[in-house]
Amino acid sequence: MNELFDMPSYLEHSYLGLVGLHVREALLPVLVGLIVALPLAQLCVRFRWLYPPVLWVTTVLYAIPSLAFFVILIDYTGLSELTVMIPLAVYSLVVLVPAIVDGVRSVPQETLAAATAMGFGPVRRYVQVQLPIAAPAILAGLRVACVSSISLVSVGMLIGNEGALGNLLDSGMRFNQPRLVWLSVVSTAVLAILVDALLIVLRVLVTPWMPRGTRTASRTAAAKEGAL
Amino acid sequence: MNVLNFISSFFSDNAHWQGYDGIPTRVGEHIEYTLMALGIAAAVGLPIGLLTGHTGRGGNALGLIATSARALPSFGLMVLMFILLGLGMAPVMIPLVVLAIPPILVTTNEAMRSVDPAPVDAARGMGMAETAVLFRVELPVALPLILSGLRSAAIQIVSTATIAAYVSFGGLGRYIIDGLYQRNYEKVVGGATLVAAMALTTLAVFWALGRLAVSPGVRRPH
Repeated sequence: MNELFDMPSYLEHSYLGLVGLHVREALLPVLVGLIVALPLAQLCVRFRWLYPPVLWVTTVLYAIPSLAFFVILIDYTGLSELTVMIPLAVYSLVVLVPAIVDGVRSVPQETLAAATAMGFGPVRRYVQVQLPIAAPAILAGLRVACVSSISLVSVGMLIGNEGALGNLLDSGMRFNQPRLVWLSVVSTAVLAILVDALLIVLRVLVTPWMPRGTRTASRTAAAKEGAL
Repeated sequence: MNVLNFISSFFSDNAHWQGYDGIPTRVGEHIEYTLMALGIAAAVGLPIGLLTGHTGRGGNALGLIATSARALPSFGLMVLMFILLGLGMAPVMIPLVVLAIPPILVTTNEAMRSVDPAPVDAARGMGMAETAVLFRVELPVALPLILSGLRSAAIQIVSTATIAAYVSFGGLGRYIIDGLYQRNYEKVVGGATLVAAMALTTLAVFWALGRLAVSPGVRRPH
């Protein structure tokens, strides 16, 4: 059993070390994407004319293939983790901005008016009314961003072994060890499913008013989630 | 030297424009693989999506399939298939198709289900057969969203077919992978530019397709 998790020494990480690295390389960019996406989405909601051009730019950015994105960055950030994480942050941003905009826009006008009538200022209204109601749509976006990020980190292997669990693919090929390839694929998939499940649990926790087990949060959000 | 210098020197080199490793050949290969994978994925995804969307059944099962397919790392799957099946078309086509089916399937299903029921009822009331309702009423209305699903699938195929060069596949990824091994950054950046251009062209093709195929009455603002 121990043999299964033995790692080639040149990777300088244990199996669990690689898993940790993978989680960091995949999820840190999503966090950065979320931090940038929240104010950007709010701007798009506030100034309606801004949304179509932003949507257009994000569609173009999302189309740039990951490997092309990585190698263009090599000239600026070298063969480093940062080179993998910058494109992943951009992709997350691209997924999250429309999700948040749709979520925040789906808050009914009466609800906003009621909040204002209760004396909520714009900031408090945003944090206590708009964000919670938009939470299911935002979390749906986060699920897509996290899962695709986890899958894409592996591609970082191609630019000087910066792909965490993806590095095992190359080791497996080089040393003719199918075990390492299997390990990489299965671990990455399990990691993605675990993070996805955690986000579903989080959604249930932050939206206690919603009926459990249904996906009626937002039809359009579900359609978009499928499209990505 | 910055990236722009690399790009201009790559494209001005005459040697990059001819032979089996020339730009026209590689672009042709990439387009061929993309169309093939997209064709297979659409042949599987579209009918199932149309049918489940039309009958309104199986949406949850589709969601589950899409979620689990998305969790599969496509690059890892590609290397795994290469080890299991060896050199050839199948180890690359399988992951590409697996990657492309969920967006087509789920978006088509959602597109059909989000069609306004009023015109569908009207069509039935006028005595249209079920197939006519599907193809002449629901499909035209659902087309913008269906096309967006196909577009996502195509973009992901273009992107992932690039990575397939790692398992000895042709296409534009060859420049990037070979360039990285040869430490020829000019080639790497040239390849990356071509791949990005290819992806943007795909976007443009689908935009044009939307203008041509979608009826002006249902065209959406985005």
